[in-house]
Amino acid sequence: MTDATPAPQTAAPPKPASAAREIWQQFRTHKGALFGLIVLSCLILFVLVGPLLWDPPQRLSDTIRMKNQGPSLKAPFGTDQLGRDMLLRMMQAGRVSLAVGLVAMTIAIVFGTLIGTLAGYFRRLDGPLMRLTDMFLALPLIPLLLVMVMLFRDRIASLIGPELGAFTLIVFAIGITSWMATARIVRGEVLTLKEREYVLAARSIGSRPNRIIRRHILPNVVSPVMVAATLGVAEAIITESVLSFLGLGFPPDFPTWGRLLYDGLQYMQVYPERVVWPGVAISLTVLSVNYIGDGLRDALDPRIRGR
Amino acid sequence: MLTFTLRRLLLAIPTLLVISLVIFLLVDLAPGSPMSEIPLTVPPETRQKMIEALGADQPVFVRYFLWLRQFFWVEPAYVIDHWFGTSWAEGEQRILSWQSRSPVFTIIGQRLPQTMIVIGTAYLVGILIALPIGIYSAYRQYSLFDQGGTLFAMIGFSVPTFFSGTLFIIIFAVWLGWFPTKYDTTLNVTDWDSFLKQIRQMALPVMTLGLANAATISRYMRSSMLDNMTQDYVRTARAKGMTERIVVLKHVLRNSLIPVVTVIALGIPSIFGGAIITENLFGVNGIGAALIGAIHASDLPMVQTLAFIFAVLIVLFNLIADILYGFLDPRIRYD
Amino acid sequence: MKMRAALLGAVAVMGLAPAAFAERGTDGEVKLTFPQAVSIMNPYLTGGTKDIYASSMVLEPLVGLDPQGVMVPKLVTEIPTKENGGISEDMTSITWKLIPDLKWSDGTPVTADDAVFTWQYCTHPEGGCSQATKFEGIASVEAVDPQTIKVTFNGPKANPYTAFVSALSPVLQKKQFEACLGAAAPTCTDANNMPIGTGPFKVTGFTVNDTVSMAMNENYRDPAKPAFASAVIKGGGDAEGSARAVMETGEFDYAWNTQIPPDTQASMLAAGKGQFVVAFGTLVERIEMNMTDPSAELPEGERATAKHPHPILSDIKVRTALSMAIDRSVLVEVGYGAGGKPTCNVIPAPDDWASDNTACLTQDMEGAKKLLDEAGWTDSDGDGIRDKDGKKLHLLYQSTVNPIRQDFQALVKDWWTELGVEVELKAIDPGVFFGGDPGSPDTFQKFYADVEMYANNSDSPDPEVYLGQYQCKNAPSPETQWQGENINRFCNPDYDKLYAELGGVTDVAKRQEIAKKLNDMVTKDSMVVVPLVHRGTLSAHSNSLGGVQINAWDSEMWNVADWFRVK
Repeated sequence: MTDATPAPQTAAPPKPASAAREIWQQFRTHKGALFGLIVLSCLILFVLVGPLLWDPPQRLSDTIRMKNQGPSLKAPFGTDQLGRDMLLRMMQAGRVSLAVGLVAMTIAIVFGTLIGTLAGYFRRLDGPLMRLTDMFLALPLIPLLLVMVMLFRDRIASLIGPELGAFTLIVFAIGITSWMATARIVRGEVLTLKEREYVLAARSIGSRPNRIIRRHILPNVVSPVMVAATLGVAEAIITESVLSFLGLGFPPDFPTWGRLLYDGLQYMQVYPERVVWPGVAISLTVLSVNYIGDGLRDALDPRIRGR
Repeated sequence: MLTFTLRRLLLAIPTLLVISLVIFLLVDLAPGSPMSEIPLTVPPETRQKMIEALGADQPVFVRYFLWLRQFFWVEPAYVIDHWFGTSWAEGEQRILSWQSRSPVFTIIGQRLPQTMIVIGTAYLVGILIALPIGIYSAYRQYSLFDQGGTLFAMIGFSVPTFFSGTLFIIIFAVWLGWFPTKYDTTLNVTDWDSFLKQIRQMALPVMTLGLANAATISRYMRSSMLDNMTQDYVRTARAKGMTERIVVLKHVLRNSLIPVVTVIALGIPSIFGGAIITENLFGVNGIGAALIGAIHASDLPMVQTLAFIFAVLIVLFNLIADILYGFLDPRIRYD
Repeated sequence: MKMRAALLGAVAVMGLAPAAFAERGTDGEVKLTFPQAVSIMNPYLTGGTKDIYASSMVLEPLVGLDPQGVMVPKLVTEIPTKENGGISEDMTSITWKLIPDLKWSDGTPVTADDAVFTWQYCTHPEGGCSQATKFEGIASVEAVDPQTIKVTFNGPKANPYTAFVSALSPVLQKKQFEACLGAAAPTCTDANNMPIGTGPFKVTGFTVNDTVSMAMNENYRDPAKPAFASAVIKGGGDAEGSARAVMETGEFDYAWNTQIPPDTQASMLAAGKGQFVVAFGTLVERIEMNMTDPSAELPEGERATAKHPHPILSDIKVRTALSMAIDRSVLVEVGYGAGGKPTCNVIPAPDDWASDNTACLTQDMEGAKKLLDEAGWTDSDGDGIRDKDGKKLHLLYQSTVNPIRQDFQALVKDWWTELGVEVELKAIDPGVFFGGDPGSPDTFQKFYADVEMYANNSDSPDPEVYLGQYQCKNAPSPETQWQGENINRFCNPDYDKLYAELGGVTDVAKRQEIAKKLNDMVTKDSMVVVPLVHRGTLSAHSNSLGGVQINAWDSEMWNVADWFRVK
């Protein structure tokens, strides 16, 4: 698990081994970050290993008699309107939601940071890239998604199979529609950073832009990017549920946290636990990503690290 | 700065034209038809006739240029006629919604006040809550207040508004009975009583949206403050013996506002765009509800006009953000 | 609830509505809420049920339909029949007599000219009138005198009660709409939003897709009605929110179309502020079987056309087995509760028109398995999925995005899996599915799937038009731009012949007999359409609102003049 967490670091500069260890040392001392890492690992274990250990009856003809039950020993999370075990559904749903949330967030962050840095640093690119960003911000989301499905779903499905195809399309669709805020924020930061003394100094000794960006600019935009990443996970998980309402998501018998939350909504008064489970799961994921981001930011900040 | 602004404004015209064409093609290409909400009992031949009556069977570029003409010529002429009693727009066809056959700008005019009042208030409330929370959380990082603020923010943006809105309805309308669940758009504020009524019916949508907005903005504020807290100039300011108040509110805050300004500026067009889910849930007849309704009904003139106005606002507010950057950090130069 | 609705209906027919002793405008305001907001108040320019229902409080037809589907006079003195001479002996014309001294809400008299104008308005070739079928087969509408309207048909018309019957085709005021003929129809915004009518209310304010404000019509023909001085219809939100606003918070008196899960219904009912009412029309949730091959390997243009019969579903044994494996009562219990009942018919109502076909109501899993064995589909490789000639029994089952439909999909998939059928599910945005855009692969007409599920109904008690859908010529195909109502591409010359016969029969009992036969031909005889649930429309009204008689054949507000405040 530990090697999966610095995923957002892909945008950060490659550091010598000692620096990586130093960052990890600093990261470890951050209580919140450690907590986040543990919670996220537990969630991932829960959804990956859980279904192997927990095997309730799944044939609806068996379960339909036990529909709408509250939490009990037999069904710790209760059952839904068709008698399906909510614990198992939460696990199955988590696989999709966590994967979609983390991957889509990474795509959006990497893409947004890239566009934002290029636009902020190179004045020549600023105009075209920011106008592109404006355009993506202005496009109405739902028709865009519907067009994407219509054009690409069958083609992708025939290339890599329906399930992987759906996953790729969802992740891509969410990524392509949520990088703009990051790009704008990063650009704003880069605009100020590139006028800072140390950047001017680096430029005056003839450092190439490539190096300046990697060594001096990127480490300093980590902080807003981390916030964007935290927001991004939550948004991606929720957006996925919106997509399935447009028929763009996974086939309807694939539960996801967002969909469980939405489905549970109309039963909220009668069976409140139905919305509590997915709600808590999404919140926990977001919370842990947030703390990991916090720790990562502190760990990457040389001033704090030195303390 | 002035030349920069002018250049950007001029550049905005071709940009917006391209955006309008892309939106038009996109909405046109999207599957769905203006007939999708017509019951199945209406036979195909009648449907075809209805589509012809809408002009929806014309080639896409014919319709695009018609829309351009209507948007940039007929509608302004109509407004001028309305103000000065001229008759420039006489006999010209205004942009009509396919779904309701009403002029699109009349609908926007009906809906804009609600959007501005409800969504605008929610946005303002969100900012007013978020900034202090963000500032204080950063100042006392990892304090109890900060942890509480973090939890609040995380819950705020990990629960979607369709969930928090329904929850508020059940708690405050069904159980406690304090607020109505449906926004009465025919209410006129004329006296104290109707004002109170207006406040009560705004409470739930404003709470729902304010929570979501506050959560997002407070996170950006906090993280940006944290970045600046450790900068050298802060240490210098403190060393010079300035009070904490001045150090934090003047030096750190001003320098921390850049990402926050971006987020806020990005969010302002979305006030106009409305909060689709919240408006729908509470029956606030704002622009967002109109847009989503039009999208579902494939009401192309309506979607196109709203999306285009939205695009104009986005371009405009991004320009404003850029100008604000220059004020907040004089080192940023564009020319 | 059903019982209650039926009893109320019976009371109404005898004219014993308790509002009779109320006085006009003494009961304050009645507040209605619709989950979909009203877009326009002119039913001829919209097909949307929400718009038609809202406009029915203002605009009236010559005759309406009561909850049993029986005609009740509204603007005319009596229902024309052959016996009273209102219908000519050769069935080529029908003559309506207006009530004397009838006035529009603006005080001007209603004359036969208005009806003539309405006919011209809807049949204008450039008008795009959504109710054009109501005026089909009409050669002319004339004003014999200011009180008498004569409708002449092109030939003998078996069912002459289409034009000016029910909320779908009300009478418009000629004066108001005169300038709105044909291409000008959509430009008359004021007339379309605030039509002048003869109904118990008149429009005083209209905001598009939001609120309709109405006041009582002082010129309404019954001086004692309506009991309410004003009415308001607020639109938007969802079914659950609308139901809650009536049943739990009491903000509204009436909510139309509150389709929510049975458990939630029960919990809302417990709040004690209102009740649900349900009306059963002909709406049937069904699974349609694709008789053509939707395989993606076929070239575009031949895919899902009659050129290639379906490799699996062409066999009636397979279709029958799939239907037998379904337990319809479980579906009703999960999805609709009191708002639905299991059915095997495409025409489930009115009772006189419905076939006595009930064979599908009991699930027979063993019988279904046996049928599949007989058809040659056996599990030869032991993986739990049947196969035949190396081909797996795999079905793609599509429907629209809707929580109840997704539950149905899950249940049906489970039963079919037990049969040994591999089922792939797909849910499509309803706007795309029903949109009919020939460019989209996901429309229900294209039917690029093996089976699909949706609901459809007849808009009048006489199902002639509705049954016409299953004629061979109505199959959607690339040549027709994928338009057409014969979704399954069912084609049976006997059906077409019998249907043609129906058009010439005027005797009601004979018509009913033919309709039942036609119904059986597409259901139990061929299993091309697999009906699942006869769905009612569920609405909610507060306990303080009296006089509500929910109606599936006409607007639910058909008797809004009789509504009153329970004190």
